[in-house]
Amino acid sequence: MLDVEAIRKDFPILSREVNGKPLVYFDNAATSQTPQQVIHAIVDYYSNFNANIHRGVHTLSQEATDLYEQSRQKIQAHFNAKFSHEIIFTSGTTHGINLVANGFSSILKTGDEIIVSALEHHSNIVPWQMLCEHTGANLKVIPMNDQGELVMSEYDNLLSENTKLVFTNHISNALGTINPIEYIIKKAHAVGAAVLIDGAQACPHIKPDVQALDVDFYVASAHKMCGPTGVGMLYGKEAWLNKLPPYQGGGEMIAEVTFEKTTYADLPHKFEAGTPNIAGGIVFGTAIDYMNSIGFDAVAQYENELLEYATEKLLSIDGLKIYGTSKHKTSVLSFNLEGIHPYDVGSILDKLGIAVRTGHHCAQPIMDYYKIPGTIRASFAFYNTKSEIDALVEGVKKAKKMLS
Amino acid sequence: MTIEEIQNEIIDEFSMFEDWEERYQYMIDLGKELPLIDDQYKTDSNIIKGCQSKVWVHAEMKDDKLEFTADSDAIITKGIIAILIRTFSNQHPKDIIDADTSFIDDIGLKEHLSPTRANGLVSMVKQLKMYAIAYQTQLN
Repeated sequence: MLDVEAIRKDFPILSREVNGKPLVYFDNAATSQTPQQVIHAIVDYYSNFNANIHRGVHTLSQEATDLYEQSRQKIQAHFNAKFSHEIIFTSGTTHGINLVANGFSSILKTGDEIIVSALEHHSNIVPWQMLCEHTGANLKVIPMNDQGELVMSEYDNLLSENTKLVFTNHISNALGTINPIEYIIKKAHAVGAAVLIDGAQACPHIKPDVQALDVDFYVASAHKMCGPTGVGMLYGKEAWLNKLPPYQGGGEMIAEVTFEKTTYADLPHKFEAGTPNIAGGIVFGTAIDYMNSIGFDAVAQYENELLEYATEKLLSIDGLKIYGTSKHKTSVLSFNLEGIHPYDVGSILDKLGIAVRTGHHCAQPIMDYYKIPGTIRASFAFYNTKSEIDALVEGVKKAKKMLS
Repeated sequence: MTIEEIQNEIIDEFSMFEDWEERYQYMIDLGKELPLIDDQYKTDSNIIKGCQSKVWVHAEMKDDKLEFTADSDAIITKGIIAILIRTFSNQHPKDIIDADTSFIDDIGLKEHLSPTRANGLVSMVKQLKMYAIAYQTQLN
């Protein structure tokens, strides 16, 4: 059982006020808040270790390089990758997805097929559309049902020997649905297709084991799991990463350069051109340490308690509808009040110091499915409390009264 | 009345409200009361897309004054539109071009006209001024 009052003391921002009210932060699916331990590690890096890495012979550079590589090993251990060179530092999930999409542009040919899920963040659909335009491959979509779940029988029908790549998020950002990725990966491998999983929404809640999943590529962002913005990771199986061409040219990704020919560096440096986000990479490891010190089992159990409590309380409001009602979901509640635009509710909640996301959550296809302009999304983290949920419920009631 | 006089009148009205709730309630009521745009003009070509709410704008020249009608699918946005229409509609294009919108700050609704709010209002103000510029060019 986690001690939420003690945990809240780790997060300085949770004691600030917004519009004269104590902040209630329920936009965790957009970005998580940052604990003191992570903030301290950023300050410590710039105060004591700041240097460029993998280059200098001087002590500072070596110390910074060691910290950066130690962080890579922490990430490797956390995701249970076989080798640390299977972990590529990226600027975030989107970067990781683009890196893989770009790599496949030299592999795919006309008539090949890529399968994506209907629950995607629409910015995640764009790289695949670009890839299809470029290669002549076709994009297929796994449809969703009313509960906000992917329909696996339809997925089975889409798979064929033409399928070369399957892409889905592990957990939907708009609805919180946990997708059956074990099944998706197994079925894709049966037809010889590779699988890329977007773990941005999953990693704050669960600890994926990439070897047990047998996934080919897995991407995540540090800022969703108590780390800083602008850094993330791509896991790729060694064989796949060796097969994909480099994404960007620059320093660090080369072994030898003459004007006639360049040979590329070994993994992971082949994909890490230029000076990376060194502080971010190092502190990503600190964030992972922090999350593990809380413990993912305790996090899951507590967040589930918050989800059940909030679901029950919110549903007691007349005319409130929740979107995404799968039995397998994380602590995300997407909802609307009948006849009221989500933007109006969000504006009033903001006045009450409650931070929620409103809009289509960059998942337009899901909103089109439900025929709504958007939703109000409250997403909970392990540092939230039931009394904050009470404040949300009161806020929604107030908004309803003012707006109807 | 000139645009500035109307704006001062609105500032006066809002100064009577004691807190944000009264201001918002007033805007919501404005949003509910006004049939803002004729359905025939609620077309895709008149739509201004924000990430969060949609705004429709239609402009028409009557005599030498420009008349605006507009609407939104969100009621608070609609309330602010009602205020903007009250200031800018039935004015000479040149006066619309020269007018500023800082009175929105004075009545405590600044956040809704912030470019980060993505509700279509910033683009709407831009669009109103574009119409004014277009009609002014015709008049010259």
